[in-house]
Amino acid sequence: MKKSVFFGVVAATTMVAGAAAAQSTLEAVKARGEVICGSNTGLTGFGAPDANGNWAGFDVDLCRAVAAAIFGDATKVKFVPTTGETRFTALQSGEVDLLVRNSTWTASRDSELALDFVAVNYYDGQGFMVKKDLGVSSAKELDGATVCIQTGTTTELNLADFFKQNNISYQPVTVADDSEAQRQYLAGACDAYTTDASGLAASRATMPDADNHIILPEIISKEPLGPVVRHGDSNWGDIVRWTYYALLIAEEKGITKANVGEFASSTTDEEAKRLLGVEGAGDLPAKFGLPNDAFKNAIAAVGNYGEIFAANIGEGTTINLARGLNALWTQGGLQYAPPFR
Amino acid sequence: MAVASDVPKESFRLSMLIYDTRYRSITIQVFVLVLFGLFLAWLLNNTAQNLATRGKEFNFGFLWSRAGYDIGQALIPYSNDSNHFRALLVGLINTLVVAILGCIFATILGVIVGVLRLSKNWLVGRLMTVYVEMFRNVPLLLWILLSYVILSETTPQPRDFRITDEMAAAGTEPAASMMFFDTVAVTNRGTNIPAPLFDVSLGSVDLGFITLNLTILAYILVIAGSVWVNRRILAGARAQQEATGDRPVTWWKSILVLFGPVIALSVALGLHLEIPELKGFNFAGGILVAHSFTALLIALTLYTAAFIAEIVRAGILAINRGQSEAAFALGLRPGRTMNLIILPQALRVIIPPLISQYLNLTKNTSLGIAVSYLDLRGTLGGITLNQTGRELECMLLMMLIYLTISLIISALMNLYNKTVQIKAR
Amino acid sequence: MADTSFVRDQMLPPQAPPVSEAGVVKWLRENLFSGWFNTFLTLLGVLVIYWLLAASLPWWLNSVWTAESLSQCRDIVAATAGEGATGACWAMIRERWHQFIFGFYPPDAYWRPVTAFGLLFAAMAPVLFAGNRRSLTAILGAVGLFLLVTLGLTGAPVAAWVLGLGLVAGLAAVAQVQPAKLLWFTAVFPALCFWLLWGGSVWTPVVAMLGFVVMGGVYLALVGRSGPTTAALAGVFLALLWWLFVDVPVTRTVDGVLPLGLAPVASDQFGGFLLAITIGVTAITFSLPIGILLALGRQSDMLIVKTLCVGFIEFIRGVPLITLLFTASLLLQYFLPPNTNFDIILRVIILVTLFAAAYLAEVIRGGLAALPRGQYEAADALGLDYWRAQRLIILPQALKISIPAIVSTFIGLFKDTTLVAFVGLMDPLKGVTQIVRADINWKGIYWEPYIFVGAIFFVICFGMSRYSMYLERKLKTDHR
Repeated sequence: MKKSVFFGVVAATTMVAGAAAAQSTLEAVKARGEVICGSNTGLTGFGAPDANGNWAGFDVDLCRAVAAAIFGDATKVKFVPTTGETRFTALQSGEVDLLVRNSTWTASRDSELALDFVAVNYYDGQGFMVKKDLGVSSAKELDGATVCIQTGTTTELNLADFFKQNNISYQPVTVADDSEAQRQYLAGACDAYTTDASGLAASRATMPDADNHIILPEIISKEPLGPVVRHGDSNWGDIVRWTYYALLIAEEKGITKANVGEFASSTTDEEAKRLLGVEGAGDLPAKFGLPNDAFKNAIAAVGNYGEIFAANIGEGTTINLARGLNALWTQGGLQYAPPFR
Repeated sequence: MAVASDVPKESFRLSMLIYDTRYRSITIQVFVLVLFGLFLAWLLNNTAQNLATRGKEFNFGFLWSRAGYDIGQALIPYSNDSNHFRALLVGLINTLVVAILGCIFATILGVIVGVLRLSKNWLVGRLMTVYVEMFRNVPLLLWILLSYVILSETTPQPRDFRITDEMAAAGTEPAASMMFFDTVAVTNRGTNIPAPLFDVSLGSVDLGFITLNLTILAYILVIAGSVWVNRRILAGARAQQEATGDRPVTWWKSILVLFGPVIALSVALGLHLEIPELKGFNFAGGILVAHSFTALLIALTLYTAAFIAEIVRAGILAINRGQSEAAFALGLRPGRTMNLIILPQALRVIIPPLISQYLNLTKNTSLGIAVSYLDLRGTLGGITLNQTGRELECMLLMMLIYLTISLIISALMNLYNKTVQIKAR
Repeated sequence: MADTSFVRDQMLPPQAPPVSEAGVVKWLRENLFSGWFNTFLTLLGVLVIYWLLAASLPWWLNSVWTAESLSQCRDIVAATAGEGATGACWAMIRERWHQFIFGFYPPDAYWRPVTAFGLLFAAMAPVLFAGNRRSLTAILGAVGLFLLVTLGLTGAPVAAWVLGLGLVAGLAAVAQVQPAKLLWFTAVFPALCFWLLWGGSVWTPVVAMLGFVVMGGVYLALVGRSGPTTAALAGVFLALLWWLFVDVPVTRTVDGVLPLGLAPVASDQFGGFLLAITIGVTAITFSLPIGILLALGRQSDMLIVKTLCVGFIEFIRGVPLITLLFTASLLLQYFLPPNTNFDIILRVIILVTLFAAAYLAEVIRGGLAALPRGQYEAADALGLDYWRAQRLIILPQALKISIPAIVSTFIGLFKDTTLVAFVGLMDPLKGVTQIVRADINWKGIYWEPYIFVGAIFFVICFGMSRYSMYLERKLKTDHR
């Protein structure tokens, strides 16, 4: 009995602490001293902890950038692994401040789930991977095939639609996570593995016999993946959005992790000055409720968008993804940041 | 008698509500009820507030909207155009199928293992002990994952069954072949078994939310009728045995009655088996039993059987040695002693814990999530929840369904338990 | 007439028994080949063993212990055992074992969970062997030895050695003088354990525990004047006031004056077996009192109380644990006031506690039902009121009978903690394994983590179930 009361008190004090936090997300984050990010339970290249428990990945770096923008310290971030089922609830209930977990932006998630997708940090699309010796060169030839899909994602809906539109049949094998899907596929338990093209490329890259697998040309859906925040706190959404855009602008202007300090002092570009919070260039970052050098800190902590991409999933890494749609608009891609003024 | 009436009539005081044992229990109950009511009101109030802040409302309307996803194993007609409620039903049926088959297999295996564990055979006894201890002391989740991996890693791919022209010319056998007279194909994506098909269909009746297949109904009726007639025959034989001491030979009558009508019906309907064939990527035709189902069933069966074996063993050990000695004295062989004397008595000890094992097994089917078996949790509590974002409705509905299943199972088993227990005369 | 009758005056030496009735042959005949059915079973058993060995032995024999990645492992196996051979890659365990055991707990603080784990046994001993000096000393000695070894292995700081071993030595000393007093250690252990695991200021648990001192003090002060019920209510009320209003400021003040504490560890850093044991032990500890109350409620004459208890127990027992875990992660936030937020591990512990409480209630009800009616009647005859009768006569006996069943409930619960992976926690089986497999080096490794985790689970659960059997025999005092 005694112990349970003690326990209740622990719960009660935490509850009191929580109730006191009925404030804006930014204030809550500042009071707490860290950003809580909903992350994947482990997706190679996008978000996974290493042997020492340090999270790393493409999505993870965006979280770190937000933390750096707010606190000037990219380590002030906590990652809460979420599953396909728990991710949106965790965000809605305030368990996490920000969800960066390769989630697809769809109309129903925007409207029904009361969430805001603030940016698209990766333009993806659903594709198929098959073994070369299957002799298939188009997804439309997959009539009657067994297809591995992960549950709880938009991919299963796209898949159903695609096969229906083309009037062909398939046998779904639902799997729990990426590594399980890969195992099934390699064991030949399914003819094709479908997920976001980036995921396919990542899986293929780590296979012992990568050359024996091909990714079919059809991309059957649009999968804009991006950070998500709760409805109703637009300032917080703006912070995340503009932190992300800052990384993009940085790449556009050639500001990198290494040269950001030097750049700030030597640049004559007015937009870059505003972005980096250079003395005398206005206080635009402060309008978000951030320190004036917030975006400078973010870039200094994780590098620009191109650097993040290259370090985690780019062509130098084992995952080996091309920029493709995610190249800057100046280079034929879709990544385009509004002007910072 | 006058003394009794002299007792002064005590007037009611408020403090008696606490100190008088006559009223105290009422006070406590009212207090508890009020507390409980307040607690409930608090919960409901919070829920309403939270729903309001998230801009959601509590309603089950989403169940009638299009589901949009496919389910690998659907025992009733289902497509991605069906609604979420239909998906729920498919999931529920998948849950029940695993649960029922699991209970049956686990009971059979459990009884065998439990008896063998007491066997005088040293090797077999040890093996059974190792089996029981291994399964009882390692989480079920591990067994499910392991059996899934084993099934999909050790079985051949469909293409291994293929005989190419060169192979036919060279006369080499394919890497894998079908089992049971080429009717069953076990591949690493599932087991293809023959499907029963009918030339004549009796059609089906649409009962609103569920369509009733008349063919299946006809089979159920015929089998039920046969069983009833058979029981009449046996009862007649028993009556004659008790009256005259001679038991008439009934086995051929039983066989005729039990199997004749079913065979006649099958012939009338033109029953034939559709044997799976390798076509394109996969075996086509027949029924595909997915490995997620098989793995879940195997793991649940082995795990629960280990517990049932312990229950059976304890039940047998609980029977007085004198019983088996008396049976031996009557000249019964050990096998018959077990069947006629020990097990029927042990059953009384076995049934109550067996009920809770059945309940556990049913609840454990929800672990199918680990191998993405689309049971109730996978459809209603998984994909539907995910696509609609209605966690409150989905979870409450799911709990309610599981609770109902549990209550039904325990009610049925308790009923059975009553018939087995010794009746005090 | 000569006496020709022959009387043997010397006994014949006993003949050696027939070959079939002695030694190995007899044993084989009796134990393996008595009758065709047994022979068949034996052969079948041998076949199964052969098949299992043939399938797995090469894999075990080709184990690789040092490699940096799975592909390297495969290369080594291919190089040593030839192309196409399979082999276990235990190198992964070598590199990641700490994640399976501790999750992301900071490595330089590994001594804390280890100490807490050792002291757990020291805290349980007084309950199990109330007043038995020799058993207590033996257990405390074993705990001391365990700490000596593990603290050395985890490279604990000097303070940890002093704290852990000093505490054990002190307890051992008390055990020699007044073994019954050790129960006080059991009472403060939850706070100590909480502090060791989560860290933070030492004053947080101390001041929280002071609440109980307040409760007890008020009760003792008032019990003479206004009866036990009022005194208890007043005690609870004042203790609640203490926790709600005095606790936090006092902790802050004392901590300001004398800051003393451990580096705080957030609960999301818990993982692996540390998480499983934390959830399991906490849940079973807290569910015991709730379970007792529920069991008593279920046996009560009061209709409403009984209905509520039965409803609660049957509801919890009727739904799978996994739905309760999803409730913890998805629904609890709906039921609590808006903006309430506490971390997922705490929520999971709460739900698992309720789950365990329902099962324990049934176990204890079994214990209560097993008591002969005479015990209840005797208690009534002595004029004891309800709570006294329960405390002095009924519960001690009922709980004693239930101990083996409580242990097996705990084993079941401990195994079930693996399900927390489905709400995103890092259980050893699925959570940690998934993280390991997300690492490019170990992508595609399957059997090894499962076997490793399964083996540890087996050792722990098998040990506990054997111990509970031993306890069952030891505690058996027949009422017949």
